[in-house]
Amino acid sequence: MNLRKYLKVYKKFLHTSLASELEYKTNIIVDLFTAILSLVGSIFLLSIFFQNNGYIGGWKFEQALIIQAIYTILNGITNTWFNPNLTEIVKHIREGTLDFVLLKPIDSQFFISLKKINPSGFLEILLGFFLLLFCMRINQINLNLSFLTLSLITISCSICILYSLWFFISTTTIWFVKTWNAIEVLRSFLYIGRFPLNSFSFSLRVFFSIFIPIAFITTIPSEVFLGLSQVWEILLEVIVASIFLITSRKFWLFALKFYSSASS
Amino acid sequence: MISNFINRKIFTLFKVQYSNMLEYRVEIALWAISGIIPFFMLNIWTNNNLNESINISDIMLSRYFLCAFFVRQFSVVWVVFSFEEDSLMGKVSPYLIQPLNPFFRYFAQHLAEQITRFPFALIIAFFFFIFNPESIWFPNLGILLLSIISTFLSFLIQFLIQSIVACLCFWTEKASSIERLLFIPTLFLSGLLAPVVSFPAYVKSWIYLTPFPYLIDFPANLLSGNETNISGGLSMQILWIFLLFPLFKKIWSEGTKKYTAMGS
Repeated sequence: MNLRKYLKVYKKFLHTSLASELEYKTNIIVDLFTAILSLVGSIFLLSIFFQNNGYIGGWKFEQALIIQAIYTILNGITNTWFNPNLTEIVKHIREGTLDFVLLKPIDSQFFISLKKINPSGFLEILLGFFLLLFCMRINQINLNLSFLTLSLITISCSICILYSLWFFISTTTIWFVKTWNAIEVLRSFLYIGRFPLNSFSFSLRVFFSIFIPIAFITTIPSEVFLGLSQVWEILLEVIVASIFLITSRKFWLFALKFYSSASS
Repeated sequence: MISNFINRKIFTLFKVQYSNMLEYRVEIALWAISGIIPFFMLNIWTNNNLNESINISDIMLSRYFLCAFFVRQFSVVWVVFSFEEDSLMGKVSPYLIQPLNPFFRYFAQHLAEQITRFPFALIIAFFFFIFNPESIWFPNLGILLLSIISTFLSFLIQFLIQSIVACLCFWTEKASSIERLLFIPTLFLSGLLAPVVSFPAYVKSWIYLTPFPYLIDFPANLLSGNETNISGGLSMQILWIFLLFPLFKKIWSEGTKKYTAMGS
C-alpha cells in the first residue's frame, strides 16, 4: 500500500467530482436551504417533546441539542461521501462497469467509496459545527486536551460505524442487484439517532445497540461532550467500530468472489 | 363510445403497471418497512408520558400513529424522480406523441404500487397489534370509507404538488432537489412525527391554512377515531385540489412548449 499514491489519486477524485457537481450551482443553494430547514424542523420537533417536560430520557433540552448537532454533522458526512458513492455501486453492478474498477491497479474498495463527492453536504457539516459550538456555550463546556481527544475518537468511531453500515448494505447488491430500498430502510433507522437512546423503551434500546448500533453513533459522542460518559462505553465503541470496519472489508472481498459481471 | 374508449385505456394502463410492480415485490416490501418512523415516534411519546399534556391516552395515540403509518403508505408520491429520469434520458419525447398525458402513466404507476404495497402494510399492522394488543379497534364502515376517500385526496394533493415541481424539469433539469426541499415541511408539519394537536399555539394558528395537516394528520385522526372536523377537513382537501389542478395544467402547457427533447 503506497500512501502517497492514494493521496494523489484522491486529489484527482476531488478535482473531477467537484468540477462536475459545480455545474449545478442552483442545486447547491437549494440543498443549503434544505439542510437549514431540516435542522429547524428537528429542533421544532424536539421543542414539542420538551413543551411540558423538563427531561426526556434523563436529557435536558440543551443537552439533547448536542445530539442534534452531532447527527447533523454525521448526516452531512453521509450526504457528502457515503450517499453519492455507495449508491453508485448499484449502478456499477447493474451495468457491469464494476469490471473496469476491478481492473484498475488500485484498491477497489478505496475507489468505489471515495470516487465522488457532493459539496452541498459540506454546508450541513458546517451547520452542525455551528450548532455544536452554540451548545458548548449554553452547556458551559470547557475545552481541554483530553476532552478534545476523546470527542475526536468517538466521532471518528461513529463515522466508521456509519460507513460500514452503508458499505455493508451496498455490498449486498452483488447478490440482490437492487438495493436502493434497503438503503431507505437504513436511512429510516438512522433517523432515531436524532434522539437520546434513553428516551426509547427497553426493547428498542437493546435492538439499536446490538443489531444496528445506531445508539453508539450519536449518543456516546454526546455523552463525551457532556462529560457523562464512562470509560467502558468509549472502549466498547472503539471495539464495535473496529469490528464493523474489519467485517465490512472482509465481506466486500468475500462478495467479490460471487461477482459475475453483466452482459459481457 | 368515447367514455368506453377512455375506460379501456385506463384499464390497460393500470393492468400493465400492476404486473410491472408485482415484479418488484421485495423492493416494495422494503419500502413499506422504511415507513416505520411513526412507530419510533410513538415509542418516544408513550415512553416519556409526553401525551399526558395533550390529553390523548396511550391507546388513542398508538392508534393515531398506526393510522399515520397507513395514510403515509398510501399517499407516497415519487413522480418527480420518475419524471426527472425520463426527461434526462429523453424518454418523455415518445410519451408526448401519444394521445395521452404522460402523467396518467405515472398516476397508474402509483396506484398499482399502492395495491402491491397493501398486503405488506397489513403485515406490519399485524405485528404492531401483537406488540400492542390493547390498541386493536375496528372503525365502522362509514368512517372507514370516509378515511379511504380522504387518504386518496391527500394522495391527489401530493401528486399534484409533485407534478407541478416535476414540470420544472422543463426549465432546470434537476427538479428533485426542489422536491427534497418541499419534503421537509411535509415531514415535520403533516403530523407524521407528532400529531398537529400537540403543536405550540403560534404554529397552530396558521397551519390549518396550509395543505400540510390535511396530508396525514386529518386522515389519520379520522381513521383512528380521534377528534377532528370531518366536513371542514374534507372541504379543505378538495379546495386545495381545485387550487392546484389549474396551476398544474398551466405549467404543463407552458413547459411542453419549452421542451427541447434532451438526449435524443
